[in-house]
Amino acid sequence: MEEIGFDALWLTLWLALLTTSILLVLGTPIAWRLAHTRSCLKGPVCALVALPLVLPPTVLGFYLLVAMGPNGPVGKLTEAMGIGLLPFTFAGLVVASVIYSLPFVVQPLQNAFEAIGTAPLEAAATLRASPADTFFRVVLPLARPGYLTAAVMGFAHTVGEFGVVLMIGGNIPEKTRVLSIQIYDHVEALEYTQAHWLSAGMLAFSFTVLLLLYLTNPTVRK
Amino acid sequence: MLNFKRFISPLAGLLIACATFSASAAEVSVAVAANFTAPMKAIAAGFEKSTGHKVSLAFGATGKFYTQIRNGAPFDIFLSADDETPARLERENAIVPGSRFTYAIGKLALWSATPGYVDKSGTILSRAPFRHIAVASPKLAPYGAAAFETMSKLGVLDTIRPRIVQGENISQTYQFAATGNAELGFVALSQIYHNGKLTSGSAWIVPANLYSPIRQDAVILARGADNPAATALMKYLRSKKARAIMRSYGYDL
Repeated sequence: MEEIGFDALWLTLWLALLTTSILLVLGTPIAWRLAHTRSCLKGPVCALVALPLVLPPTVLGFYLLVAMGPNGPVGKLTEAMGIGLLPFTFAGLVVASVIYSLPFVVQPLQNAFEAIGTAPLEAAATLRASPADTFFRVVLPLARPGYLTAAVMGFAHTVGEFGVVLMIGGNIPEKTRVLSIQIYDHVEALEYTQAHWLSAGMLAFSFTVLLLLYLTNPTVRK
Repeated sequence: MLNFKRFISPLAGLLIACATFSASAAEVSVAVAANFTAPMKAIAAGFEKSTGHKVSLAFGATGKFYTQIRNGAPFDIFLSADDETPARLERENAIVPGSRFTYAIGKLALWSATPGYVDKSGTILSRAPFRHIAVASPKLAPYGAAAFETMSKLGVLDTIRPRIVQGENISQTYQFAATGNAELGFVALSQIYHNGKLTSGSAWIVPANLYSPIRQDAVILARGADNPAATALMKYLRSKKARAIMRSYGYDL
């Protein structure tokens, strides 16, 4: 029997964990600015962030492949920086996943920040809290449900990623062969037993994650 | 009521006219292996012009088409990249008996988008410091299996293996090499060759003794049994015109 491919499982979880962490750090300032700005750039930036929601993953994958290739602007930059080229590497997958899952993290955070409003911030300021104090001791606790949703959605969306990885991954074992690609390979090669193992595992995992989200998150429990 | 009748009868007439028209000019939907994309477009255009039938083409990996066909995909004809998949469909009674024939023999090429990069004898495989080589998945694509066979016969597979990136089908493999992300790629000759010469880059046409022949078979699927356009297209594939097009893309016949 062909092996099932548990390497792909660990690789996928690692990719999703890394992507989610980067996105939470990167997404917080973006969401904060979007929630509080009145600039005319808000519309265009919101649209840009939301693009991966509506673009077919193949469009994203194709442009990433071209842009990160040796003749693309990103590829030229990474080569000049001595990093080398990103397609067919795990780092390339992380970059792609961050772009691909961006709206799933930024939007819940932005909603959470908007829901908090400015009143608690002003109250904290009158009590002489520094902006950093305010953020960590007022905003973060209040935005906790938003962060939970953002983290779960970002993680789950990265686990489910397929089209982008197919285009830029190159299907290399232990480097870019993630779970969805492994399952696809099994199905195409008519190895249904292995495909079932991984698919059923994926289904159970996704359901559990979402269930936990709904059980623990007061804003979505209603 | 009278008005309604007056309205409906010309409509019925029109419907009957359409029906008779479609009986003479039918539509045939064809699943085409990715390597045969370019020649099939040219062949289909010639076929439509000379017969009046309409052709709708879908391109993809042979393995994927097999799964789709077994699950009821609406194709009349299947142009495979191998002979094994059509034979399997035949054993499973999914085709019109006796319709299977080899329409072309595919050729494998080692290609680079960079002119002058690949030498005429393919020694680059054992010496050049390339980072990536694109190969189609050997499980899903016959050209991928042929590429692995070649590398293993040349005794370079083990040294090259860490640098292999896999495309899901031969089109994606070509794309990896065409965008320069992989310096080299094992592609179908038909993707890079037209009218007796390379269309771009540099290539080594892999000698036929390094891999088992890629016999590409065509079949009429069960769904196309009574479709006159399907029968006509299968006949057209054997015509001089169609064969000339295939030859111009580097296929053996």
